[in-house]
Amino acid sequence: MSMLNRLRNWLDWEGSAYAFISPYAVLFLIFIVIPVAAAILLSFTYFDTIQFPHFIGLRNYITLVTQDDVFMKYVLPNTIEFAVIVGPGGYALAFLLAWMLAQLPRLPRTVLALILYSPSMTSSVTMAVVWQTLFSGDQNGYLNSFLLNMGIIQEPVQWLQSPQFLMPIMIVVTLWSSMGVGFLAMLAGILDINPELYEAAAMDGMSSRWQEIFYVTIPSMKPQMLFGAVMAIVGTFQAGAIGVALSGANPTPQYAGQLIVNHVEDYGFLRYEMGYAAAVSVVLLLMVLFFTRLANRLFRTEEG
Amino acid sequence: MEFSEEHAGERIIRSLRGRAEGRAGRPRPFVPSSRPLQTVQVAPAKRRGLRRFYSLRSSGINPPGFHPSQIPFYLILLPVVAFMLLPIIFIFSTAFKPFEELFVYPPRFFVVNPTLKNFRDLLTLMSASDVPVSRYLFNSIAVTLISVAASIFVSSMAAYALSKKRFGLKQTLFAVNTVALMFVPIAVTIPRFLIIARMGLIDSFMVHILPMLAMPVGVFLLKQFMDTVPNELIEAAQMDGASDLQIYWRIILPMVRPAIATIAILTFQATWNNADTSAIYINLESLKTFAFYLSTLAATTSGANVVAGQGMAAAAALILFLPNLIIFLILQSQVMSTMSHSGLKG
Repeated sequence: MSMLNRLRNWLDWEGSAYAFISPYAVLFLIFIVIPVAAAILLSFTYFDTIQFPHFIGLRNYITLVTQDDVFMKYVLPNTIEFAVIVGPGGYALAFLLAWMLAQLPRLPRTVLALILYSPSMTSSVTMAVVWQTLFSGDQNGYLNSFLLNMGIIQEPVQWLQSPQFLMPIMIVVTLWSSMGVGFLAMLAGILDINPELYEAAAMDGMSSRWQEIFYVTIPSMKPQMLFGAVMAIVGTFQAGAIGVALSGANPTPQYAGQLIVNHVEDYGFLRYEMGYAAAVSVVLLLMVLFFTRLANRLFRTEEG
Repeated sequence: MEFSEEHAGERIIRSLRGRAEGRAGRPRPFVPSSRPLQTVQVAPAKRRGLRRFYSLRSSGINPPGFHPSQIPFYLILLPVVAFMLLPIIFIFSTAFKPFEELFVYPPRFFVVNPTLKNFRDLLTLMSASDVPVSRYLFNSIAVTLISVAASIFVSSMAAYALSKKRFGLKQTLFAVNTVALMFVPIAVTIPRFLIIARMGLIDSFMVHILPMLAMPVGVFLLKQFMDTVPNELIEAAQMDGASDLQIYWRIILPMVRPAIATIAILTFQATWNNADTSAIYINLESLKTFAFYLSTLAATTSGANVVAGQGMAAAAALILFLPNLIIFLILQSQVMSTMSHSGLKG
């Protein structure tokens, strides 16, 4: 009897909470937790999708570091170059743009913010069709024709097929569409700062805008800065498919635009070496984790 | 000398906060001042003078109107904005170009004689396997509508429990969700594929929808917003005998409308633009979506018939882009008010 009562009590207090959260929790488990766990487990196995995976210890990771020339020579440096420019670069750009927008009155600010945000509404991979037209390799391509007219180049350039230009174009395209949720969060954060803080700072003799940014603006909106940073990191690594989409080939020409995400797909879906692909994706997840920890340290709030 | 910039910044902020509060004396619920340093008393006359000086120097954050000091910001922002706008103008312009203008040499950026022919061609076109484009469009619309509706309920219910209920795993679950903000779905494409295959969801309608509902950002933003709903309101409703469901439906949902609008937009963008699901989990052509169709256009236009396909591809890109834009335009002020609560405590 008392058992039943306690059960009923529990149901009254906690049961409804679990009822509310369970649909999300189940989906979260199936599509996020289990895939991550499976990736970690699979990374210690050999798995060709036909036979049951068998355990091979750390061999995938050892191969990755010692024998995978493509990974060490192209994929890793490319990923780091791409991530460093698009990640912190895009993030700083988003903050500066948000800060400048905050200095404008409401109407122009809203219009300009909307224009800056709108590219992030497009999906960069599906947008590849537009970029392919702009960067088309013959003299009919818009960029080629423009540069030929200006006399900057003498011959049409194969923008998307040349190893030299693919990476810079990938970076520009990704930056173009990176003013997303994080950018809006930072804009909202800057606008929410109590204006009296600035007045008080001015009384203290703080005169330059840069001082204001570093001593008032950023410290007052650390939580938004951190949210923006996490969104920037995720967006950066999520954007990895862009090189393949632009050049239309995996691997990209001479591996010039090959990022870690493409390497995973190359091994997973083209060569069916699932265990090895899983090891590469674990490395990717660790990179995301590392950068997020870094952002956490930078923007830690005291109470939190 | 031990002087780290960050700490200096924090110290200054704390002291400033103390002062601002001391002077204004109005309650500020969101910035608890931990220890106000010495409060400087400023004579009212001097304060007014300072304020006038300040508004002369610049109008500062969120100014009421135009001020000459804003000109440099316009000078920097306008070229950036123009650059960002360029590809979008290009889509518009190309989508309405008639056939002859696509072939013009040298290529012209702007359209001269706009026509709807590209859209008509696109909608009457059949893909290689006899699936009309309208079918892709229908799939996209159905999938997106269901995902948005389902996502609002799934996320807001979870957020309600995390924000307003007391239960054992509450802190843990919220912490797990916060860590999952940095989840990169593309990294686990392969195990996801294996799990979805094992569940028998390959080539099913649900595979478009279910993964979209596990959206940590959505639950996070909703939970943060719900934290601002006063608990007294819920307690009062409980005293009146309202059930949990009634509280959720009648009090919570109406009060967090801005956050719901934001979740709707985020889910909409994620689903409507999603080409990966169709590419990876769907083999049946009749179950694929419009975003996927557009990405195949990209692949084919790089072949022999480059120029002729450009107009239709741009028309398709425009069809994909416009709903995003319109929905955001309608809901943008709600999104901004949600973003004020997006702060992440490290």
